[in-house]
Amino acid sequence: MGQRTPLYDLHLALGAKMVDFGGWDMPLHYGSQVEEHHEVRRDCGVFDVSHMTVIDVTGAQAKAWLQHLLANDVERLHRPGRALYSTMLNERGGIVDDMIVYRLDDAYRLVFNASTRDQDLAWMNAQLGAYDVQLHERAELAMLAIQGPQARHKIAELVTQSRATLIQQLKPFEGAIDGDWFIARTGYTGEDGLEICLPANQAPGFFNDLVGAGISPIGLGARDTLRVEAGMNLYGQDIHQDVSPLASNMAWSIAWEPASRQFIGRAALEAEKAAGVAHKLVGLVLEERGVLRAHQVVRIADVGEGEITSGSFSPTLSKSIALARVPMATADRAEVEIRGKWYPVRVVKPTFVRHGKTLI
Amino acid sequence: MSDIPAELRFAESHEWARLETDGTVTVGISDHAQEALGDVVFVELTEVGKVFAAGEQSGVVESVKAASDIYAPVSGEVIAINEDLSGSPELLNSDPYGAWIFKLKPSDKAELDKLLDAAGYKAALGE
Repeated sequence: MGQRTPLYDLHLALGAKMVDFGGWDMPLHYGSQVEEHHEVRRDCGVFDVSHMTVIDVTGAQAKAWLQHLLANDVERLHRPGRALYSTMLNERGGIVDDMIVYRLDDAYRLVFNASTRDQDLAWMNAQLGAYDVQLHERAELAMLAIQGPQARHKIAELVTQSRATLIQQLKPFEGAIDGDWFIARTGYTGEDGLEICLPANQAPGFFNDLVGAGISPIGLGARDTLRVEAGMNLYGQDIHQDVSPLASNMAWSIAWEPASRQFIGRAALEAEKAAGVAHKLVGLVLEERGVLRAHQVVRIADVGEGEITSGSFSPTLSKSIALARVPMATADRAEVEIRGKWYPVRVVKPTFVRHGKTLI
Repeated sequence: MSDIPAELRFAESHEWARLETDGTVTVGISDHAQEALGDVVFVELTEVGKVFAAGEQSGVVESVKAASDIYAPVSGEVIAINEDLSGSPELLNSDPYGAWIFKLKPSDKAELDKLLDAAGYKAALGE
């Protein structure tokens, strides 16, 4: 038996098909993964993401330590309430994990993947050194993601006046505390929406309110197809400790300036850039019928070979799409091997759908 | 608990087979199979004229989640494939016992007796 979130019993009551995800018993879907996907793109839905790891970083040197630990620069968070996406790298420039960092009034809140919790904590503790920094894991918090074009509007009608006002005021990539809730305008679907951290004992009641108001519960299956369409990487699949952000369509999340900021992995990234980055992460579109899957081989004529890192059927596009790591010289055509047969695919920027709109 | 029609025969690999009055055998996947697969998005159909031995791979069903092989429950020659599944693969989810995949002219009807009956399949599923 895996770990359970505070919403486990509700998932069962809603007819969820449960699966193991990183040691947690989580809902895969509540009937139809494809319907849940469409619901988020068209309207909105609620995901239980309480399995994710929340760490608050406090102490006099919290900022300086995070500037050392992370490839992005928390200096960019000019005031409390701002958030940014970052990786933390090992000395080889490989990705230890990716996360969202929120600046609170007197702390930084890091939200990580669930499956990497142990290695992340071990890594962070090993980097503490003499810094005056404390790490507080907030395992007592539950976390819900409500995503979709109608998410903020619908949630604002179900919460207190002060929270409703906050939800209306939040700009993308902002988050703020209200009482014992933390409300952020972030997500992992390519749609507008919120992520809300709240005390575990309040989570079942709130989740029930949302479902009662007609907001569909959404499982991890649709979470995966939504994030692939949005071109968002999944740790352990598209990115891992042997690839750098440069080879992962994530160069934008590296803060090179100021040049004096010696974050972990910087030297390796600079060397990789100087030598010429060998690979890139691209999108693939299969125009024929079939489904692209992770680990299928990609062949690029006169260039070489690559590999699919995430492949799926795209409910929005009604065709199969994938993220793939391929040689840098790859142009706009490639082939993928499916069950011994080679299929032509289009190579595109790895953002297929955003805000309900097709981009390819 | 899944739907298991009493008049059908089942393979342990979750195909159903129905002996028609004209002596042909219609093949599909069980309600349990479609449930386990989740949303079906693509069916790789075999071709009319192909000859399969019992248990031989005779197509692929791809769901959002995974690809799953289909096996011929009995030996025979393919005499029809369900082209509707090319455009509407989700029929396997909504109507697993109506949405057949292919029809065989069996080489040995006695092979049907080796398949599970409804009670046997139910027991195999542990239901």
